[in-house]
Amino acid sequence: MADLRSDFIGIKSPNPFWLASAPPTDKEYNVRRAFEAGWGGVVWKTLGSEGPPIVNVNGPRYGAVWGADRRLLGLNNIELITDRPLEVNLREIRQVKRDWPDRAMIISLMVPCDEESWKDILTRIEDTGADGVELNFGCPHGMAERGMGSAVGQVPEYIEMVTRWVKQYSRMPCIVKLTPNVTSILPPAMAAHRGGADAVSLINTVKSITNVDLDQFSPFPMIDGKGSHGGYCGPAVKPIALNMVAEIARNRETRTLPISGIGGVTTWRDAAEFLALGAGNVQVCTAAMTYGFKIVQEMISGLSQYLDEKDMALSDLIGRAVPNFVEWQDLNLNYVTKARINPDTCIGCGRCYAACEDTSHQAIAMKPGRVFEVIDAECVACNLCVNVCPVEDCITMEELPQGALDPRTGRRVTGYGNWTEHPNNPAAVKAAE
Amino acid sequence: MSNSPLTPGVVPGRLPAASYRDHFADKEPALDRHEAHVAADRCYFCHDAPCITACPTSIDIPLFIRQIATGTPEAAARTIFEQNILGGMCARVCPTEQLCEEACVREAAEGKPVEIGRLQRFATDSLMAQGVHPFIRSAATGKRVAVVGAGPAGLAAAHRLALHGHEVTLYDARPKAGGLNEYGIAAYKAPNDFAQAEVNWLLSIGGIRVETGRALGHDLTLDDLRSSFDAVFLGIGLSGVNALRAEGEDRSHVQDAVEFIATLRQCEDKASLPVGRDVVVIGGGMTAVDAAVQSKLLGAETVTIVYRRGQDRMSASGHEQSHATSKGVRIITGAAPLRVLGNGAVTGVEFAYTADGPDGLRLTPETFVLKADQVFRAIGQTLRGAPAALRLDGGKIAVTGAGRTSLPGVWAGGDCAAGGNDLTVTAVAEGRDAAEDIHAALMAAP
Repeated sequence: MADLRSDFIGIKSPNPFWLASAPPTDKEYNVRRAFEAGWGGVVWKTLGSEGPPIVNVNGPRYGAVWGADRRLLGLNNIELITDRPLEVNLREIRQVKRDWPDRAMIISLMVPCDEESWKDILTRIEDTGADGVELNFGCPHGMAERGMGSAVGQVPEYIEMVTRWVKQYSRMPCIVKLTPNVTSILPPAMAAHRGGADAVSLINTVKSITNVDLDQFSPFPMIDGKGSHGGYCGPAVKPIALNMVAEIARNRETRTLPISGIGGVTTWRDAAEFLALGAGNVQVCTAAMTYGFKIVQEMISGLSQYLDEKDMALSDLIGRAVPNFVEWQDLNLNYVTKARINPDTCIGCGRCYAACEDTSHQAIAMKPGRVFEVIDAECVACNLCVNVCPVEDCITMEELPQGALDPRTGRRVTGYGNWTEHPNNPAAVKAAE
Repeated sequence: MSNSPLTPGVVPGRLPAASYRDHFADKEPALDRHEAHVAADRCYFCHDAPCITACPTSIDIPLFIRQIATGTPEAAARTIFEQNILGGMCARVCPTEQLCEEACVREAAEGKPVEIGRLQRFATDSLMAQGVHPFIRSAATGKRVAVVGAGPAGLAAAHRLALHGHEVTLYDARPKAGGLNEYGIAAYKAPNDFAQAEVNWLLSIGGIRVETGRALGHDLTLDDLRSSFDAVFLGIGLSGVNALRAEGEDRSHVQDAVEFIATLRQCEDKASLPVGRDVVVIGGGMTAVDAAVQSKLLGAETVTIVYRRGQDRMSASGHEQSHATSKGVRIITGAAPLRVLGNGAVTGVEFAYTADGPDGLRLTPETFVLKADQVFRAIGQTLRGAPAALRLDGGKIAVTGAGRTSLPGVWAGGDCAAGGNDLTVTAVAEGRDAAEDIHAALMAAP
């Protein structure tokens, strides 16, 4: 059993699986259940300023996108930050942390963008025993209209300014939670870095409309015939999150900035992928909201088994794939593969054929008896057939060895060569002159 | 009534009254909306899907399942009915495990095909429940077509002809239209008078006049039909029943299985139907299974199917056979009847075991006797009353192409026509295709 103990910017937890700031971490009852189930830490649902708590809608808060068998692939929400009094939250945080000292307890914060507000809230949370704070610069719905959440996260100068205040008025480690609703994730991450953030966490939810009610002609979730955009999360956003995490992890200016990875983590495998692309730990929400807190047990056993099989420590995994995340121009254009369809596991559905014939390169032959074969002279190795095949590993990509003839191009496979030196690249030609 | 399964002889009311309702309820209940969506999600939407190829009526199965999955079962029904206007009955009676579901790639992948038959029923039931007919007739052509036989082939032909604007007169010898759907299928496969409901729904296309109690060779002659109509389609089925050719076959309570099944279908109060204590069914097809299972459901103590060849040669599918055995029917293969025993009424049947050799099937000296007070013959049906002017092929009406007989202007399809496999769905395909051919011929004529 691999050692999953995690030390993220000095915050210790028995495993790298934290619950993200969201409905599951809104109150003591839920958080105690989460810790009993085995979660390594929680980011308590975002607290606002002292005063009357915010209010939520009283109609549906969530919209959803489903896959086959109504598997939840994406969830969006229009729920705001905690709608419970600040004092109640602080009392509960204090009690839970006292009873679960080995678990990470982070407090998410969102207050108006002025120095006094931040100074005040930081003072109020000082004696809760919490391990750190997370600045919610991410939520794209509701609070953003009031100049908070993603309205801050979309302006790097604000991120830097608020982060400085937090570091000035608090000794707690500070994690800045970033919004993906930006053109590039790098300027916000750099701003957090400059402001002195100990880490960034990402992604927060993606601005979204999940669906439209075609009888009432309103976006969903629908409140009395109207809908507002929500924040999208769950397995569907994982690819967006992985890319943003990796962008920060490989950038010269931000590569030393620790990252808490968030976005569609549903299984141990998803978590391992975030860690490999540079996240120091992960935060989870939608998977817990879909299946309950018990899923962390699969995450723990799965990651542990994987590390054992690879004979790796948790720290060995973190960032392991980052050096291999390169620009397109650095890809080896002389790497040639061909699709191979295993007739023994093929069930004859023909989806590879339809995909290739209708939408790609006419590189699959359909032979009598529903036998499907790749035509090497046409196959560009795009991988679409692999992706549409319902049987895992039935179609694989086979690498042509050095010196082998590629029947599509009529050329032999040679050693590494990328676009920067390719004869078709005008820039490359110029460089040679 | 104080009869029980143990009462000797052929008597009614062997079971408590409530049992009959349970026994003859829907054999495979309809999918509800949730079940249908779960089942539909399993379809891979195959390219040139093998299930379509396996369907005698070539229904676009992946398309209709996708239409169910996307919440439009009415559109799914239309996809089905475009190819098979009796898609509702076929969803209930098709041996799907030998057709579309056997070909389903998920059968290859997991041994568990998409439940195509039940999904088809979900779709067709959805539309029919709304009382909607999905097609509109073309403008009248002024052409008149006689369709003889209102079974699956005749109904499919009549509908397609009416759709194209022809005026159709649909004749049937029986008091009700429907053919085998009405008279020849086990009651639990199409309960709640589905066959008549389907006929009425089909006829709502308009342009079809039904005349029941009219039979070819009695008050109809082919010559008259040919002279008074522009075309004739024959879907007269197989009304003859093969004899056992065993001694004592004329004893009482030796009966044709098809007659028993028809009587049972038409009987409202199943408790009033007499059935033997020990029933023997001779044959190996669907008719044998339907007679045997229903005898058991009526309260017979023992029911045995005896088939002369090996189990692999039985035309009843494996699914049908296991349905029979699950209901307590015993199946003996490799034995042929020698004589029906008894004194007036039957008391038993003596069989000889058979051996299949290069010279065909022969009887061995090993014999046995099964106790029986009721015996059903289910060893196949034959064409009876075919007009003499028609050329025959292997005892059925010879056809070429889409059901063209040897006489100009006369088409045939369904069980009475040579070729095919005597399935409802095949009869529908033949009726439909003959109708298209008739339409083409009529519209090409000057």
